[in-house]
Amino acid sequence: MQTVLSIAIDAFAYGMALFIICIGLSLTMGLMRVVNLAHGAFAMIAGYIASYAARDLGMGYAVAIFLAIIGTVIISIPLERLLYRRIYGSPELTQVLMTIGITLCVIGITNYFFGPTLKTIPLPGSLSQPIDVGFKTIAAHRLFVMACGVVVAGGLWFLIEKTDFGIKLRATVDNAAMADALGVRTQVVYAVSFAIAIGLAALGGVVGAEFLPIEPYYALRYMVTFLVVVSVGGAGSIPGAVVACLLLGAVDTTGRYLMPEFGNFFFYAAVIAIVCVFPRGFFGRAQ
Amino acid sequence: MQVVAQSQRVAAAPSGTGRWLRDVIGIVLIIAAGMAGYFLFPDNLALLTRVIAVALLVLSIDLITGYCGVATLGQASLFGAGAYAAGIACVNGVTEPVTLIVIGAFAGAVAGLLMGTIMLRAHGLAQLVLSIAIVQLFHEAANKASAYTGGSDGLAGLMVSPLFGMFEFDLWGRTAYLFGLTLLILVFIVLKFVVSSPFGMLCRGIKQDPIRIRAMGSFVFPVLLKMFVISGAVAGMGGALAAISTQVVGLDSVSFELSANALVMLVLGGLGTLYGALVGTVIFMGFEHIVSAINPFHWMTMVGALLIAVVLAAPGGLSGLLDRFSASGKRAKRGKA
Repeated sequence: MQTVLSIAIDAFAYGMALFIICIGLSLTMGLMRVVNLAHGAFAMIAGYIASYAARDLGMGYAVAIFLAIIGTVIISIPLERLLYRRIYGSPELTQVLMTIGITLCVIGITNYFFGPTLKTIPLPGSLSQPIDVGFKTIAAHRLFVMACGVVVAGGLWFLIEKTDFGIKLRATVDNAAMADALGVRTQVVYAVSFAIAIGLAALGGVVGAEFLPIEPYYALRYMVTFLVVVSVGGAGSIPGAVVACLLLGAVDTTGRYLMPEFGNFFFYAAVIAIVCVFPRGFFGRAQ
Repeated sequence: MQVVAQSQRVAAAPSGTGRWLRDVIGIVLIIAAGMAGYFLFPDNLALLTRVIAVALLVLSIDLITGYCGVATLGQASLFGAGAYAAGIACVNGVTEPVTLIVIGAFAGAVAGLLMGTIMLRAHGLAQLVLSIAIVQLFHEAANKASAYTGGSDGLAGLMVSPLFGMFEFDLWGRTAYLFGLTLLILVFIVLKFVVSSPFGMLCRGIKQDPIRIRAMGSFVFPVLLKMFVISGAVAGMGGALAAISTQVVGLDSVSFELSANALVMLVLGGLGTLYGALVGTVIFMGFEHIVSAINPFHWMTMVGALLIAVVLAAPGGLSGLLDRFSASGKRAKRGKA
């Protein structure tokens, strides 16, 4: 029973960390139709900034997260202007080529500046101790990640369903040309949602560093995981991403706990099974 | 509308003798380039043989991505199937190189049949993800079945007997290189016939508009599956060639990285032309070799910058760039006349 509980808690926390990173990618792919394989690279940049701020400059965890998000978004703006804007509407393969190129560049450059070692982000005391929740003690960091995931999911839902910006966003998704004709400034909508996506990648990269350790090949190593999760959930769908992250997180964590020698076997077997049953992902829309 | 469609078709398939002449010249150029490599870089023949093996893999991706419009990031599973089949056969006493290539092609074709059956159920992004999942499963399977594949240590100790009982596979890799070059050219010629056959045309039609092809009364799934099997055979031959020339089969031959690199090489060279696949492979691997020799730390940055530059400057790949140049040259000539 204890094992089942701890697997469940780990799986939930891991799924939430995945969700925070992947929902940004899901937005870019569903809304802007860009297969952004460099999404993990932005999470990695954020991890490096946070690690530098917290470990080398001795700043607090909250400040480090904040700096990481701001810094990553600032880095991403010129990239969006100069590179991404040219591949909106290109064939998928062109986008894959370009974003893999960006990923490789980011890896090379971070390697140059920060060296090839694994970076840790020191947790504050309040997050590194276990907390008693009645039936079990849980590491406070796990709870923090879960809370972040829930807040992100709720916040995004509110933003997309209840605000003016959300209405414009959905209109742009459905028919960009018509939205443009009706006075929605689609370029601004694109830019803002790209920034939100990158900001979420940054948050996820820092918060999820306990599960997906920050190292130079982070961007390549988890590129596939992120892409898989998004397409299983259905690009552009928040509930889809939640379900996909929790399900695949559970499969992966359970597999690793009970049969570690099989590696990623169960994860990818589950992916094949799901995609065969739901070819568009759980909540994907018909194209 | 009809006129446009017709003129496009004429542009896509230049008629009769012109096409023959072009293909013969192209193949002669490939042979010339291959022989030039043999005489100019006698110390790097192992690398050049590797380039040929990967070129077969890239050609096989071109068949299904460039001609059928099915994007895949998992083609290394077919390459690895061929490599492991040839390797296991070789360890168990089948050492004739040509037989090993045939075994590799057969294993690749069977793996292609399996992969096609799974992948063709989905479309678009889901299809791409299925291909990734398949290559990862193959990777885990090869890792787990260490009794047959050597697991993460790799399958070593392949003793290949001399080609036709006469030519030994020597330390400098001369035999392996010439053997590989011959294989590549034969495969290339066969594929030229395949893609210009009615079957190849049907594949191109499916790439452009599967619904219309279905409305015309032909079946889409079996045609694509057939192309998958052919593609698997080509990739399997590449894997077998890699196994024979290096005498070891590692887990990296069924990796996602190899698949992704191969797809990048194809897009770099240009989709939908067999020449693009060869050009992309040679340029990518040559670039990687040179840059990593100059500065081992920065080759990733440089390769990344190369990819970005190609997307910005030549969206249709390098062969697309060539077409654009030749088109503007023709236009200039016509302008003068």
